[in-house]
Order: sequence, then C-alpha cells, then structure tokens
Amino acid sequence: MSAVAEKLAEPLPPPAAGYWATALRKLRRDRAAMAALVVLAVITLLCALAPFYARDVAHADPFQSNLSGTTIVHGRRVEVLAPADNPLHLGIEPIGPTWRFGPYMLGADQQGRDVAARLLYGGRNSLLIAFASAAICLILAALTGLAAGFFGGWTDRIISAVLDVIWAFPVFLLAISLSVVLIAHGVRIGPLLIDASSLSLPILIVGVIYVPYVARPVRGRVIQLRESEFVLASVGLGVPPWRILLIDILPNVVSTLVVFAPLIVALNMLTESALSFLSIGVQPPHASWGTIIGNGEALIYTRPMVAIAPGIAIVLTVLALNILGDGLRDALDPRAKLRN
Amino acid sequence: MLSTIIRRLVHMVFVLFGITVLVFLIFFATPGANPAARIAGRGASPATLARVSAEFGLNKPLPVQYALMMKRLFVTGNLTSFVNLGEKVVPQVLHAAPVTLSLVAGAAVIWIAFSVLIGLLAAAFRNTVIDRLLMILTLIGISMPVFWVAEMANLISQGALHRTALFSWVPPLGYIPLSQSPLGWFKALIIPWFTLAILYIGLYARVLRASLIESLQEDYIRTARAKGLSERQVLTRHALRTSLISFVTLFGLDFGVLVGGGALLTEVVFGLQGVGYLTYQALETLDLPMIMATVIYASVFVVLSNAAVDILYALVDPRVRDR
Repeated sequence: MSAVAEKLAEPLPPPAAGYWATALRKLRRDRAAMAALVVLAVITLLCALAPFYARDVAHADPFQSNLSGTTIVHGRRVEVLAPADNPLHLGIEPIGPTWRFGPYMLGADQQGRDVAARLLYGGRNSLLIAFASAAICLILAALTGLAAGFFGGWTDRIISAVLDVIWAFPVFLLAISLSVVLIAHGVRIGPLLIDASSLSLPILIVGVIYVPYVARPVRGRVIQLRESEFVLASVGLGVPPWRILLIDILPNVVSTLVVFAPLIVALNMLTESALSFLSIGVQPPHASWGTIIGNGEALIYTRPMVAIAPGIAIVLTVLALNILGDGLRDALDPRAKLRN
Repeated sequence: MLSTIIRRLVHMVFVLFGITVLVFLIFFATPGANPAARIAGRGASPATLARVSAEFGLNKPLPVQYALMMKRLFVTGNLTSFVNLGEKVVPQVLHAAPVTLSLVAGAAVIWIAFSVLIGLLAAAFRNTVIDRLLMILTLIGISMPVFWVAEMANLISQGALHRTALFSWVPPLGYIPLSQSPLGWFKALIIPWFTLAILYIGLYARVLRASLIESLQEDYIRTARAKGLSERQVLTRHALRTSLISFVTLFGLDFGVLVGGGALLTEVVFGLQGVGYLTYQALETLDLPMIMATVIYASVFVVLSNAAVDILYALVDPRVRDR
C-alpha cells in the first residue's frame, strides 16, 4: 500500500472543538467560577422560595406591620416590639434574632416584620432588578455599539457624542437625578403610565446608566472586526451589509457581551442597593436588600442583624457574580475590559 | 502639540454643554408632573407655583429656560431653594466643599499606597497562593456596598466596642475642621477614609497587577533582566513606571467623580456634611434646585478634571502629544 493510502486509512482526528465548546470546557474546569455559579443558584432558589418561608416558617406577612404582636421564644410568650431597655422606656426595641428555624429567626424590624422573610422577598427584587436592568443595558449597548461601529460616519459621530456625554456624567449622580425626578411623581408618556412605586422605574434607570461602559468596547470591537480579513473577504464577495452584520460581526461581539454580563449584573445590584438605601430606588411596600439595610440604619446599635444580613447577601451575590465574570473572561476573551 | 490641547478643550466644552443640557432636560422636560410643582416641593400653594413659574421662566420656550438656569448657576449665583425658603444654593455648596475634599484626598492617599503595594506584591508572586489570596481580597473589596461597610464600621467603632481601649479614641460621627483641631480632623476622618478607599484599593490593585504582568512580557523588561537587574528592580523601576500611565488616567477620573459628590454614601452614613450630604438632604425634601445645582457643579468639576488630566498627559507623553 502506498503511503498516501495508508494515511487515508487512518481514522480521522476528531473535529476541532468550536469556540464556544472550548470556552465551556475551560469554564467547567474553573473551580472558582463553578462554585460561584452554585452560590448564585442557591441564593436565587432561596429567594424564589420566599412565599413558602413566610407562610410555613415565619408564619407572618413580611409586608404587614406587626406592632402589637407576640411570639414564643424559648417557651415564653414575648412581645415583638417591646419597650426599649432604657431608664425612661423611650422608644421601642424589636425582638432580636432567635437563631431558630422559625418565626423571627433574624429578629424583627421597627414595624415588627420578620427580617428573614423580608430578606428573601427583598432578594427577589434585588435579583430581578439587577438581571432585568443588565439585559436592558446589554441590548442597548449592543445596538448602539454595533450601529456606531458598523455604519461609521455621522451615525458613529452622533452616537459617540451622546455616549461621551453620558460617560462624563458621574454615573451615580445621573442615577440620582433620574430617580428623584421619576420616582417622586411617576411617569406619564402618552397613554403609558408608570406608577411611582413600580419596580420598572429602578430597572429602567439602572439599565440605562451603564450603557456607555459596554457600548464603547463593543464599538471598538466592531471597528476592529470591520477591518479584518474575513469581513473584507465577505465584502469582496458582494455579501449584503446586513448579512455581514448578522453573520460575521454579531457572533464575534456576543462573546464580549457574555463576558460583561455578570459584571454588569453585579454593578447594577450595587447601584440599585445604593439607590434603595437612599430611598430613591425600590419604593415601599416593595423591599430590596438596599431598603432593608436602610431600615436597619436606625437599629444599628441595638438590632444590628437587620442591616448585617442583607449586606452579607449582597456581598455574597456580587462576589459570586464577579468571580463568574473573571472565569468567563479567562475562558472567552482574556483581553476584555469594562469601562474602556 | 497645541492642536492636541485645543482639540481636547473643544471636546471639553462640548461635553460640558451636553451635560448641562442633559441635566436640564431631566429636571425640566421629563414627562410627568409639571416642573413648577417639582421645583416648589410637596404641597406648594398656587401663589408659590406662580412665583416659581415666573422665576424660572417656565412659560418661555425650553432653550430660554435653559439659558436662564445657566445664568443663575454660573453668572449670578442666586439660585434659591423653594423648600427651605430663601436659602441660597451656591454658598452652601462652597461651604460644604472642604469637607468633601478632606474626605476624598485622605482616601486617595490610602488607596494609592495600598493598591500599589498589593498590585506589586501580586505581580511579584503571580500565580502563587499569595497572588490568589490578594486577588480574592480585592474582589471582596469591590463587591461590598460602601454604605454597608460604613454602617458596619460605625457598628464596630461606635457600638459596644466603643467603650474598650481599641475604639475609645473614635470621636462621635461628624466632621471636625482641620483649622480647629488637626488631630480631631484626623481622628474623625480616618475610618471614613478607609471605608471609602476599600473599593478603589480593590479596583486599582487589580488594574495594576494586570498591567504589570502584561508589561513584563515586553522587550525592554528582557533587556533589563539581561543587564542583570534584580527582579525587584525590574518590577519597581521598569515595569511599574509604564503601568502607572493607565493608573493615573483612572485616578483622574475617579478623584473627580468623588470630589463631585460620588462620596455621597460615605458622607451620609458618617454624618460628614460635604457636597454629597447636601445632595442627600435635598433628596429627603425633594429640593430640586439644590439637587440640580449639586449635580451640575459635580459634573462640571468631573469634566474639568478629566480635561486637565488629559492635557497633563499630552504634555508628558510624546505618543499622546504627537497624535
């Protein structure tokens, strides 16, 4: 048999794994990222179970104040809101943590509401706002970044100018300005009325402010891709621009967006919690981790757990998101940088 | 050279204009309630509303309103609050500025010192346990909400431990002017400084480490090693120098934002009556002229400091200068 035939008879090497498959394999081997994913899943699951916790464990409505209620601790019936332990009995002192899996595991707040149940309900809103606003941010950033980078010319100039202005605006002050104007009175655009206490306001506000953080790197990547040989080849073959955009450029931008996604979710969660802490984010009767920390500020020296618990929840979630983001970056695009 | 600076200044003027227009639109043209009701505060009488309309020219077209507003903020400085009647906005901002400057300047010294140290250590021990540990610590630092850290710091230093020798030196919350008592100033600010610095220590240490490791691949580093320099000299004399460029840009941005009111949360929890605290008080009473003024001053400050950094850059770095 000739050498060529021998070569042909050999089994074919397995096809090279694709970009995403390789990345996924890398990510799976990254133990820190996997642990972060598990932490996120557990936190999300716990928050999803909030109604069951409130009904079956806490036996209380976490949105109803409980000013004259009592509960049983160590077999004794005690008031949820007892008179404060000072000589004049000025003010009230909510019940402290019982550290038992049952009512008032983490104590009560000023209004006698179960902190643990509120923590889980607050987590739902914190997670919802962080993820929904990240989705808005990434979609807007992808659209503006693609348009600016691909079409160039005046489209690019106008989009870049607007992004530059938002970029130079201190992000937190932009959020405060938008929140204070929108949340004080609600929004009415034609027939569309958004109530002042609606969660969609913080979602929109937080979703918009970080768009330049992502749009600018996306634009840079698109410009770089437009000059690349495979795109030039497509242009030379007469492929219409929208096909080049969808088939050649978009898939390459998606990896950048995927790398940024967890980092933006983390950033959004911190921003939302800060706005809610300042009482211009999530409005009562809704709660989020930020509003609970705000409520805990007045109780910080007597019942610190009201503020400690939601803070730990935020740190755990944001830390897990950041670790996941690091893992994704290493797996997909080691040179990606937010805020560039 | 000159053309670079001029181009930068033109860009700066454009951004300044854009930002003031954006703020103006947010406060005066957002769909919803009528702007007079917003400015006058909750439950204002029809007479007050009419006065607000007249004073801000609310019946005139938007560009005129914008021009009137800018005149009051930057030329005459006589913007008054309607919630706290007759309170002049501009002097209040000026009065609060030293508090914010003290807070941010002190924090900046701390965050630069610590982040350079951590960045260098992590790069020197890259891919070892030390590096891994430092990076986890910095990641925790950037994952903590600053207002929560501040509350925890208060809980520790003002709570039960305040009676022990460890924290008995901590003065009650609030600001002590430097001119009144330098030691008191230091004691009152040291905990806020560290609280504010934590996030930036984390961010900067990570940036510095990445950029150090990147520059260690460069040819001039190989040359330095070939000359027989020690690894420590290579790192601190050669690699650090180039890495500091990106570091300085970041610093210009962040310092501006913080002085402009980005330190709001730290000021609020520690009761430091700086510019951010003014914004916060105005938030509580929905005092829009006050909020608008602080926001516009802050952004102007940020834009000016960015431009200053860029121009300094152009003076220092030939690659930027001749572009």
